[in-house]
Amino acid sequence: MKSNEVITLAKMKQGETGTIVEIAGGHGLTNRLEPMGIREGGKVKKVSGQLMRGPITLMVGSTHTAIGYGMAQKILVEVDGK
Amino acid sequence: MKILLVGNPNVGKSVVFTRLTGVDVIASNYPGTTVGFTEGKLKLDKEFADVVDVPGIYSLEAASKAEEVAVKMLEEGDVIINVIDSTNIERNLNLTLQLVRMGKPMLVILNFWDETHHRGIHIDVEKLEKLLGVPCITACAVSGEGINHIVTRLAEAKVSSFKYNEKERFHEVGNIVSSVQNLEHRHHTLMDRLGELTVMPFTGIPFAVFVMALTFVVIRFIGEGLITRVFDPLFEKIWAPLVMKLSGVLGSTGFIHDILIGKLTDGGIDFVQSFGLITTGLYVPVAMVLPYILSFYLILSVLEDMGYLPRLAVLVDNLMHRLGLHGLAIVPMFLSFGCNVPGIMATRILESRKQRFICVALMCICVPCMSQSAMIISLLGKHGISGLGMVFLTLFIVWTLLGFILKKLIKEETPEIFVEIPSYRLPHMGALIKKLWMRLRWFLKEAIPFVILGVFVMNILYTLGIIDFIGSLMQPVVTGILGLPKEAVMSMLIGFLRKDVAVGMLVPLGLSLKQLIIASVVLTMYFPCIASFVVLFKELGLKDMIKAALLMIFTSLFVGGILNIIL
Repeated sequence: MKSNEVITLAKMKQGETGTIVEIAGGHGLTNRLEPMGIREGGKVKKVSGQLMRGPITLMVGSTHTAIGYGMAQKILVEVDGK
Repeated sequence: MKILLVGNPNVGKSVVFTRLTGVDVIASNYPGTTVGFTEGKLKLDKEFADVVDVPGIYSLEAASKAEEVAVKMLEEGDVIINVIDSTNIERNLNLTLQLVRMGKPMLVILNFWDETHHRGIHIDVEKLEKLLGVPCITACAVSGEGINHIVTRLAEAKVSSFKYNEKERFHEVGNIVSSVQNLEHRHHTLMDRLGELTVMPFTGIPFAVFVMALTFVVIRFIGEGLITRVFDPLFEKIWAPLVMKLSGVLGSTGFIHDILIGKLTDGGIDFVQSFGLITTGLYVPVAMVLPYILSFYLILSVLEDMGYLPRLAVLVDNLMHRLGLHGLAIVPMFLSFGCNVPGIMATRILESRKQRFICVALMCICVPCMSQSAMIISLLGKHGISGLGMVFLTLFIVWTLLGFILKKLIKEETPEIFVEIPSYRLPHMGALIKKLWMRLRWFLKEAIPFVILGVFVMNILYTLGIIDFIGSLMQPVVTGILGLPKEAVMSMLIGFLRKDVAVGMLVPLGLSLKQLIIASVVLTMYFPCIASFVVLFKELGLKDMIKAALLMIFTSLFVGGILNIIL
């Protein structure tokens, strides 16, 4: 398997899965994301993204969380190969 | 002894609380239903323990006002009952491990235990109990299963023996989960699929439009149905003859007669216009407003318990950001269509002061409560849909424009939405009916005394000629700017007490459709009723409340004036 591309969660397509490689934000952001299971090394699925840079819904484990587009831009994901 | 119910949002703490104490609190299927704290008593062998329903938190680092309140409260507890969602132990145990470090006696409740079976989740509770070193009890609070175990094992609560390095917390959680939980592979259920489709834009937005339209139609259908089939016949056929007998006994006229029964029209009672305590004072809250309150809260409760509201929040997030809010503000807005009081309280789920101010201002100015809406519908409905449409369209336009202006005026960044989307659940019938009954009971207790007081005060002011005096004083504004007769002033005065009575008082004035539209809009906007006003003061503080009040008066005169010119 070739190495997969790393993109932001915001740029992922609906339905894609991947592994979070980096959260490029301050403590405030990581502290809020961590309890929802959104942290480096975790598996994530993008469930939906709203039009015009609206919020992103993602799934980690069995938890669905909706986060703002800005937050999603700070989460870098290595997308699973098809 | 003080027992705290602590856990992630939306794990059912409030339901456990009600089961333990018998104190009713509103519970729904979305994070953040509990924003204040409720205390109740639990009877133990010899003593009573205080039980506190603490708002949900994801971690000990607070992000919103409700969470801040919760974290502060933890210090005061003697025993912590940590309620966790069995279908999602990984996320929940993260908080559990943080609580462990507080060194207080603890119990863990694995709620939603029934759901683990059909989701193919197997949890070894004994092993979990050994690992954590505190009693772990499985429960299904909504049906009451397992609650007796909580009470019997309360004495076993102890300080956890679990030790770990804070930096390794997530790692530790992972270890615990992999050693106690076994997941069967399973396919998506229909509910899961529906859950995802309704947050995807191309399917979710049409679905939301459909849900909102259906909500409106069903509320109207049930409300009107109850009025024409149940309440109107009850008042006309049973109550009216009784009151007429009393009227005869009282001699059909006189001070007491007029206060109690009011003025007779063509020798009979007109329940809307007579304006006596036992005629209009009862008819307005019971036969005109209650049916709509019932149908509104029925629909709201179903939407809440299914878990639809957070999804709606995601879909409207973009629009709300243009008003300086984020999507979650739709929840307090929605609640305030029932009554502004719970609406204002619910703004605590919003993170910033700017958001809370904008949200409260917009709902007080532009969202009529169901009591008022019911009266507006009955008053304007006779003139067809155009009048009603005009009122609600005006309110919507002002809501949008005012939000847009406030966003520009208040310099503060609006945080982004961040919300857990719960799984859809079928509402539990018993819980639904109980919640509906709580809300109805609250309405009856709050509304009827104030309506009767309003009718009484109006009669006294009228008799003393004070209405005439204030009417003449305010005439330049009311007639000059708004184009309403000076008698409309008394409706605005009574509007401080109850908005539904205020709208009802417009009936005898014989207003034109244009005047009815203006009066309905102005009565919605100009000032909150006394109950909302008190909550507004408590939640915003004096300074922001004065700002909000000035904004209301200015906006209502401005919008009323414009309507007077363009209609």
